[in-house]
Amino acid sequence: MSNSVNPADIHKTMLDQQKSDHRRRLILNLVLLALLVAAPMVMYPVFLMKILCFALFAVAFNLLLGFTGLLSFGHAAFLASGAYTTGYLLTTFSGLSTELGIIAGTLVATLLGLGFALVAIRRQGIYFAMITLALSQLVFFFFVQSSFTGGEDGLHGIPRGQFLGLIDLNDNLNMYYFVLAVFLAGYLFVQRIVGSPFGQVLKAIKQNEPRAISLGYNVNRYKIIAFVISAGLAGLAGSMKTVVFQLASLNDAHWHMSGEVILMTLLGGTGTLLGPVVGAAFVVNLEYQLSQGPLGDWVDAILGAIFVLTVLMFQSGIVGQVQKFMKKNIG
Amino acid sequence: MSMILGVPVAVLFGQLLLGLINGGFYALLSLGLAVIFGLLKIINFAHGALYMLGAMATVILFDTLGISYWAALFVAPILVGCVGVAIEYFLLRKIAGQDHIYSLLLTFGVALIIQGVLTNMYGVSGLRYSMPDVFKGGMNLGFMFLPYYRAWVIVIALLVCFGTWFMIEKTKLGAYLRAGTEDSQLMQGFGINVPLLVSLTFGFGVMLAAFAGALAAPIYSVTPVMGSHILIVVFAVVVIGGMGSISGAIITGILMGVVEGLTKTFYPPASSAVIFLVMVVVLLVRPSGLFGKEA
Repeated sequence: MSNSVNPADIHKTMLDQQKSDHRRRLILNLVLLALLVAAPMVMYPVFLMKILCFALFAVAFNLLLGFTGLLSFGHAAFLASGAYTTGYLLTTFSGLSTELGIIAGTLVATLLGLGFALVAIRRQGIYFAMITLALSQLVFFFFVQSSFTGGEDGLHGIPRGQFLGLIDLNDNLNMYYFVLAVFLAGYLFVQRIVGSPFGQVLKAIKQNEPRAISLGYNVNRYKIIAFVISAGLAGLAGSMKTVVFQLASLNDAHWHMSGEVILMTLLGGTGTLLGPVVGAAFVVNLEYQLSQGPLGDWVDAILGAIFVLTVLMFQSGIVGQVQKFMKKNIG
Repeated sequence: MSMILGVPVAVLFGQLLLGLINGGFYALLSLGLAVIFGLLKIINFAHGALYMLGAMATVILFDTLGISYWAALFVAPILVGCVGVAIEYFLLRKIAGQDHIYSLLLTFGVALIIQGVLTNMYGVSGLRYSMPDVFKGGMNLGFMFLPYYRAWVIVIALLVCFGTWFMIEKTKLGAYLRAGTEDSQLMQGFGINVPLLVSLTFGFGVMLAAFAGALAAPIYSVTPVMGSHILIVVFAVVVIGGMGSISGAIITGILMGVVEGLTKTFYPPASSAVIFLVMVVVLLVRPSGLFGKEA
């Protein structure tokens, strides 16, 4: 009995572990923040904003895939509904302050998310993916045929306007810090959700849904709430993107976009907070580099190949691999 | 000219015919998906791309080697079926037993590769293919004009669907397949080569898609992107019918084609959306699908 372990010691070790995890996360977040604040000194702000918008999109998506275990193949619908709503409002009502347009876009995407969730929740697993894909195609047709979206042409020349009527967003640097602030708010929001008791239930559903049900949780309600939050944040990303690039087009609504956000999340690392951000930066950068070079026409095939390789030998993604490496070597 | 609900009879039957043809394609494709799902429990996202490959192969075989339409109906599915077997053997087998989400994403990646490569080789504008002379023209049925080729597509699609149903439900090979669907480990214990069965099943499902592609070549524009839209529609069909039964997949496919055709007659703007709307209604009323057993 000499080598039996005192339960109090285990508890203390766990607390210490938690504390050091917490500190590590804080340091990581601060480093990330410093990098993002300084980034426009060395890189083109519009390019950075594109990365941040897609990063927010992927972070939103990961709340579902990574932390709830739901694969939505229709997230383009939310990106696009945010984008079109904001674009339409800012173009039609000149003088509308930008943040109101963005909030409206986010709300529309949130409501659409509720609609999707109520239908798709009725089936599970791969059926869930197929249903969300079919629903997003329905939304795509709606956007194609509606007049307010500009059809095949999309919306162009959307005014960036002013934030709170004070800060001129036509200045790229102002715009960048605005986008950065929104991105950080979204990122911290998701981090907070994941760490909350609500987030713990989501993780429980991901790991073992029947057990979560037998513990008395109303699993469907949790799934629906997670879906709606994810859709709203995706819409926010779409609204931001519209303001940055001053356009909204059918590209945002296409199933291809739903595939892209899956790739970003998977490649960066599902179920990690930072993964989708890294994945988005990687994919956006890769697409840019490829479009500049001789391989410009091969973007789709290359993305497909990355998909296949990631699934075959890289399932925990870039950040997941780094975390494993750190755990092994640093402890 | 006689009218039904304010629509000329000839127009109505014309759209019904088109609906039946589309339904035939939906049936062939959802049948292939159901066969693959039955044994492998995965959804093949590359199904649309392989359908496209079947159509492209039919055109390319004719242009380069002069292979006739009739021969292509066999050659194209066999070639594409081999591609399918390769996908199963070299890729899907590596992640067998893992979460089905991964196989879905893997086949999605494969679809992107196939579509991307062919777009680079042949462009998006499409290839031209003329149907064999036998099928040129048509006959007048009195109430409508029936082009020969369309009649042929409906007949052959139904025959292939029925043949597949017969093979799976009534033959010994089909019995193996159904047994594998129930419990593949036990099958393995009885000395049946399950991995081979899995490869062949995947290949067969893919062949059905490629056959549909070859049939489509003379009437639809053959482009590298022709498979992606129809695949999403077929997914909706599969959700509506449920993948529990082979006959369910066939019936739902044809039914949805007809529903689409009727919508095109009476309210054209909704025609591209109607199948998705039916899917929503079915999910709300009967979540397991019309023929589905599983939740």
